[in-house]
Amino acid sequence: MVENCREHNEIDKQIIAYIQADLPLESRPFLPLAQKLGISEEEIIIRINNLKNQSYMRRFGAILRHQKAGYDSNAMVAWLVTITEADRIGKIMAGFNEVSHCYLRDTPPEFGYNLFTMIHARSEMELQNIIERLVKASGLSKYTIIRSLHEYKKVSMIYY
Amino acid sequence: MDLTALDKEVLNRIQKSFPLTATPYADLASAMGVSEQEVMDSISKMKNAGIIRRIGGIFDTPKMGFQSTLCAMQVPEDRLEIVADLVNQQKGVTHNYLRENPVFNLWFTLTAPSKSKLQEILDRLGKESGLKVHSMPAKKVYKIKAIFEMGES
Repeated sequence: MVENCREHNEIDKQIIAYIQADLPLESRPFLPLAQKLGISEEEIIIRINNLKNQSYMRRFGAILRHQKAGYDSNAMVAWLVTITEADRIGKIMAGFNEVSHCYLRDTPPEFGYNLFTMIHARSEMELQNIIERLVKASGLSKYTIIRSLHEYKKVSMIYY
Repeated sequence: MDLTALDKEVLNRIQKSFPLTATPYADLASAMGVSEQEVMDSISKMKNAGIIRRIGGIFDTPKMGFQSTLCAMQVPEDRLEIVADLVNQQKGVTHNYLRENPVFNLWFTLTAPSKSKLQEILDRLGKESGLKVHSMPAKKVYKIKAIFEMGES
């Protein structure tokens, strides 16, 4: 994978490998990595900040299993939008707090929808209410609610 | 599991402003006016309950030089377990769900270090399952922000 991210030297890669996993719940969670790499915890933190400032990392923090945190009514909702309207409507939908992901995708014609939103709610009623508000705000009328019935896999990406 | 006011505040803070310092839990505790032990106990409890999946970096996949796509398949019901398992085995599959939709029932995300590697995995999945794998790469990303507010409901 050396051909990707030429900017990442071996130390950065080791740091990425460490923080793509779960940070130890210890007073000095970066200490084991610092000892392994022979650098200070401060340098590790500077390098993590650089990864963030250079946009390699979107954020550093907790990732929840949202179903267990009370957000148990979730759905992928796919909409049909014209290409000329996509940017305007995509941005409107992105403005909703309850929408965590919003993408325009290339989709096969038999599927029939191209704008994808992930919606998270704490009840079925709340979910329906969010969808109604999205319909009103976007003016789109063609959509499909694609609920998950079973989770086969959910893991974080391992880059290095 | 019932979350206390302290748990909820910890959850909000560690999602939005986890201190990037040598002693993050102590610094979080001092910002909240509680002890480090209280913060660590709260996080430990929420990790054990499965509410917190992990604490760490969330990377920008394209910026990291990786390609990703959302894939969908229509799998006959009697083959779901086998095909889902085949999909799960692919390194780079991070999400894989059975979903309610009349066109496609198996939906998964695939990330790979290059376009050709991504295509190679898609081809292999298609060949080994004998089914069509539809890849739906993003043309535009309007939002990625999975932060969950733990306010009063």
